Amino acid sequence: MLSSLGSGGGKTAKPSFVSYVTPEEIKSEKEPYKKENQPDLLPGEVVFCSACPVLKYSQDDMSQRGVFGTLLCTNFRVSFVSDEVQVEETCKLFKNKLYGENDIPLACVDNIYGGYEDKKKLITGGLLKNKYPSKIIVHCKDLRVFQFSLTYSKEEDAKKIFQGIVHHCLEPKSLRCVYAFSYCENTTSPEMQRKERTMLFDCLEDWTQDMKRTKGNCRLVTENSSFELSQKLPQFFIVPLNVTDEDLVKFQGNGLPMWCWSHHSGCALFKTASLPLSQEDNVPQTYMEKMLTAVAHNHLYSVKTEDLSDTLPTIQDIQLSYNKFKQFFLIDNTTEFWMSDMKWFSSLENCGWLDMIRQCLLKAVEVVECLEKENTNVLIMEESGSDLCCVISSLVQLMLDPHYRTLLGFQSLVQKEWVAGGHAFLDRSNQLHLKEKVESQSPVFLLFLECVWQLHQQHGPAFQFSETYLTVLSDSVHVPVFATFLFNNDSHRANVLRAESPSSQRGPLNCPSVWDWSVQFDCRAQDLFTNPLYAQKTKQDRSQRKSHRPKHQRQLSLPSSAFKTPTKKGFFKDEADSLKKILGVKRISRWMLSPSSDFPPMSSIKEFYETWQAKPLDYHGMLLPCLDGPSIRVWMQRYLRWIHDVQILGGGPVAVLSKVSELLAEVQELRSELDRHARTVTSNHRGAIRTRAKTAPENLARSSVRLSSSFPFVTSRNWSFKPAIPTSMLQSLMMSEVAGDLASREDDGSEPETVV
Amino acid sequence: MEKSGSIDSLGSKQSSSRQPSVDSLSSTSTSRSDRSSHAAKPPLAVFSDNVSTSTEFSPELRGRTKAVVKVLRDANKEEPQLLPKEHVQDMAKDVTYICPYIGALRGTLTVTNYRLFFKCTDREPVFVLDLPLGVVSRVEKIGGASSRGEVSYGLVCKDIRNLRFAHKQMEDSLRKSIFEVLMKFAFPVSNGLPIFAFEYGQVYPENGWKVYDAQAEYKRQGLPNESWRITKVNDHYELCDTYPSTLVVPVNISDEELKRVAAFRAKGRIPVLSWIHPESQATVTRCSQPMVGVNGKRSKDDEKYLQAIMDANAQSHKLFIFDARPSVNAAANKMKGGGYESEDAYQNAELVFLDIHNIHVMRESLRKLKEVVYPNIEESHWLSNLESTHWLEHIKLILAGALRIADKVESGKTSVVVHCSDGWDRTAQLTSLAMLMLDGHYRTIRGFQVLLEKEWLSFGHRFQLFPAAFEFNEYFLVTTLDHLYSCLFGTFLCNSEQQRVKEEVPKKTVSLWAYINSQLEEFTNPLYVNYSNHVLFPVVSMRHLELWVGYYIRWNPRMRPQEPVHQRYKELLAKRAELQKRVEELQREVTNRSASSERAGSPTRSITPVQTFV
Repeated sequence: MLSSLGSGGGKTAKPSFVSYVTPEEIKSEKEPYKKENQPDLLPGEVVFCSACPVLKYSQDDMSQRGVFGTLLCTNFRVSFVSDEVQVEETCKLFKNKLYGENDIPLACVDNIYGGYEDKKKLITGGLLKNKYPSKIIVHCKDLRVFQFSLTYSKEEDAKKIFQGIVHHCLEPKSLRCVYAFSYCENTTSPEMQRKERTMLFDCLEDWTQDMKRTKGNCRLVTENSSFELSQKLPQFFIVPLNVTDEDLVKFQGNGLPMWCWSHHSGCALFKTASLPLSQEDNVPQTYMEKMLTAVAHNHLYSVKTEDLSDTLPTIQDIQLSYNKFKQFFLIDNTTEFWMSDMKWFSSLENCGWLDMIRQCLLKAVEVVECLEKENTNVLIMEESGSDLCCVISSLVQLMLDPHYRTLLGFQSLVQKEWVAGGHAFLDRSNQLHLKEKVESQSPVFLLFLECVWQLHQQHGPAFQFSETYLTVLSDSVHVPVFATFLFNNDSHRANVLRAESPSSQRGPLNCPSVWDWSVQFDCRAQDLFTNPLYAQKTKQDRSQRKSHRPKHQRQLSLPSSAFKTPTKKGFFKDEADSLKKILGVKRISRWMLSPSSDFPPMSSIKEFYETWQAKPLDYHGMLLPCLDGPSIRVWMQRYLRWIHDVQILGGGPVAVLSKVSELLAEVQELRSELDRHARTVTSNHRGAIRTRAKTAPENLARSSVRLSSSFPFVTSRNWSFKPAIPTSMLQSLMMSEVAGDLASREDDGSEPETVV
Repeated sequence: MEKSGSIDSLGSKQSSSRQPSVDSLSSTSTSRSDRSSHAAKPPLAVFSDNVSTSTEFSPELRGRTKAVVKVLRDANKEEPQLLPKEHVQDMAKDVTYICPYIGALRGTLTVTNYRLFFKCTDREPVFVLDLPLGVVSRVEKIGGASSRGEVSYGLVCKDIRNLRFAHKQMEDSLRKSIFEVLMKFAFPVSNGLPIFAFEYGQVYPENGWKVYDAQAEYKRQGLPNESWRITKVNDHYELCDTYPSTLVVPVNISDEELKRVAAFRAKGRIPVLSWIHPESQATVTRCSQPMVGVNGKRSKDDEKYLQAIMDANAQSHKLFIFDARPSVNAAANKMKGGGYESEDAYQNAELVFLDIHNIHVMRESLRKLKEVVYPNIEESHWLSNLESTHWLEHIKLILAGALRIADKVESGKTSVVVHCSDGWDRTAQLTSLAMLMLDGHYRTIRGFQVLLEKEWLSFGHRFQLFPAAFEFNEYFLVTTLDHLYSCLFGTFLCNSEQQRVKEEVPKKTVSLWAYINSQLEEFTNPLYVNYSNHVLFPVVSMRHLELWVGYYIRWNPRMRPQEPVHQRYKELLAKRAELQKRVEELQREVTNRSASSERAGSPTRSITPVQTFV
């Protein structure tokens, strides 16, 4: 019983925020429940304020229709509890255990708008005394849009809930107020299984194992396990062999090359935070020189450095671009959507988001070329050493190392490069809304996931995880429960968790890791995280690969003496030049030791790509992205999943994937049947064959024939089957641009174009 | 499906040369890179064994016979494997092909009465360019002789390519250049030559001309019925020379009245039934514009006729007339005697303009698109460049129009009349698309062939939205489009049924469907699920419209299309079949054993180990 308030019986509404019905009318028409409903609260969750009745406008058509219920604000979420017995929109199977379809975790709130009569105003925090809007519009970081009408509840309640939501969602707060801490105090998160686990890189073994796996030959530093050396350095990290204890602490980790990954040829990828440049003395230059030597010594005395800030966008650029980009998907009503459809391609291009993705991928390919083709060590750097360095180093490893394309491998990669690598998740999300951190807010991690998605859609079978997994991961960043995304670096995490612990005896607080997916989804929902197209490695592949390994083929192996006298080459010599300038010149396209031999980078990259592409594709070998215009696309699942008008009923990539997983399930059924047979035959048990096959697990795809393209996030059940017809045609727009006389010419009636 | 042996043998021969390299991309049908072992360019190779006789060469090759013979003995033949009745017309060595992706390539150019064939053996892998001459839309001589004494030619193709060749000026000025020979055979009609389709006589297991039988198709739709009849009034194309002989019209309109209606409709193209909804009886009818003119002429017969169309559907007391044109253009047509139905004259009818532009605008848009996608794509401005061509906007408008038609018929249970000016371009696009949405039968391979034959052809992009709803695959569409221009098959020759009958096209040529239906597997979408009763409503937002990369950008080696999903699916299907077989075998074994063990109690035989992964 959906409360239909629209005048004129559900005709498409005008794009206005005014309700056609006054509260008095409503009361006379039907008595809304006065009973306040509460959601099922999570451990440690406390309700701050609530209002009832509140009307939640339905999402699919922006008429003035909706559902009545209670709007609440807790320390975890803004929640709407419907008076109606709701047909769950998210299919049961993919239900998130922490929050439902009508819940917005506080950290997931992006912007709040107030609807005042017919105006929409951005709310920026600060107390709005006595004035509250008739409508609250919430834009979420996972791209959902909610609209609530406050006109039906008591004025006092309405004011309270509005101010409560604004306060808890937008105003500065301390880290200890984040729900994660109440949650952890009241739950005992199960230890993650040790076998077949995600490597968290919070212990010595993980680092040792990863270096061993890649046959790296570097120095594992353990001296900082309790942050004795520096609060800025990770607990554990790996540096080139020639780095001394003294070097480790010299500039608080700036300029210190951190090992990321070793190529099978022996060369390796390192990253570092750039040294402060304004220093007058010679010390940092000498230090930097020494560090570069140490990197070069890792393999064949060659190194290329790349200052990412020279060519890649800054974190502010990224934030600006994404802010423009996301607006295309935060749609308040249908008219707005179809209006924006007209200039879709050029708006998309102008916001620059896809181009940033392309630039990151291109940079990663450049590094891959150095490692794979030239077998040179590469040192990437930027000011923080933990933003674009993380993006590029992770992408390089995904392209070169199939291990990271498995689900556990990918999670380990994020742990290694991002979490242990000290990406400032807290500052970048600024979920505490600190004024002084506004500048540091930037969706760098999302940019990385976007790049991964591009690789994934171009080379699907190479990845064990699915697109849905990536989308869920991008959402989980804004669920304030996981330790993974809550801190700025290792020491920050350790300190806070120790300090917040209720008792010193119990040891530091144990916040769940995002990789413990059972916190959010049951295991059947987690099945959707695996990619049915994944081309699993066969034994044959493995043996082929071994024999296929190229030997060291580096031509340029200069004697070390030549390297030790860099002054001859003018390297680091000119003291009048600032270090910045020197480092800036040494772009990746340059040999450190032979500055004269720059090769033209773009044509080289093109050739590198084309050579690779001409070979048969090996999903367990190196992967390169195609960067040509049509290949870089919009992550439809993430961005379009909530917009009703673009849902393809019975279509989209889901239609393919569900068919494949269906078939895969059948194949697996048959296999287990064969197994049973084998047992039956050997143990001479008879019968019991036919009957078993029927009890095969009910397949998700089979149960619902026509999935919509936004599956599993939204099911089509409550959406009408009526097609979405564009409300604004572009004819007038086009007429002005198209050469007028062509448009007015008659179709070739008498002389049709013929092929013959 | 029965396949001729020669096709198979060709397939295996080709597989060796069809390595993933640029050359395989540039050969005729070319769109797919990963179908290496299948006969991707089937008719070309059928008569491969006949090639090695030099008797087929034209006398023009006299001077070079020696060289030719030598080449023929060579395993690396420089000329194509010829089709039946295909003859080499000229051959020139040391021709340079300037490939936009690889650069200049030197090789041998062969021209036959069907194709252009260029082969460069200097490089590894060997480069081959194989192009039906019908694809050439224009040959241009570029500049004069260069300092090296070379002349340059540009071939503008209908499949968006521009091919550039250069070769030495003939010392003997009397001798024709190979490009003049090419010109002659590329434009046979203006040179008094037959179109190759009339010579090509390949026999396929199926006669493709039988695919479409108007009577059978109407019967499938349940026609004639109590409201609609099949009329013979156009049996000799007297009512309308551009219409087929079999037409379906309302029962209560007599042939005499039809003639009067024809007088009021442009080119006599009266409203005729295209499709009828199996349940609601709502219909899609198509026609040309009414001859209203500046003075707003009316025709009682035409008004009665449309009323009859409406009355034939008891579910609705309304009729929607969809005029494909922008309203401005429709109004402008009044100056030339045409126009649109006024709602005064046609009671209960509602007129809707769909704002679709005419073929001139479309052609211009396609020309711009060609500039944007060929040969190279500008990376950073790709999206705005694409937008400036308006190509996808046109497609959006056509799809949106078809969607509105389908929605009215399906959801509104209302009959619709569709027309533009003449009713043969935009109208055909709209009706065929609406029918694809409404009727699952047209989404099968044979159904689509019927639809093309019936309503004529259209574009390709929309199918990406529904990967499992169509029985045919992208390759089927690309092949169909390629042979639209190739002049190998008779299917797309002439402009009307009348002309085709007059030219005896079905008798003298082979149908494309014969070729396609003789190797259906190649063209089948393995993911196809037959939801024939499902109506498909596509989403016509720019967010979902993509340029058809597999057609428009297929020449660019960087944009190699991949079909891992289809392949993976086929692998899984094979795996399932294999496992099913083994399960059955085991079951049989168990049964046998239980029988035998009762007799002798023999020891258990070891079982083949079960594989643990795919």
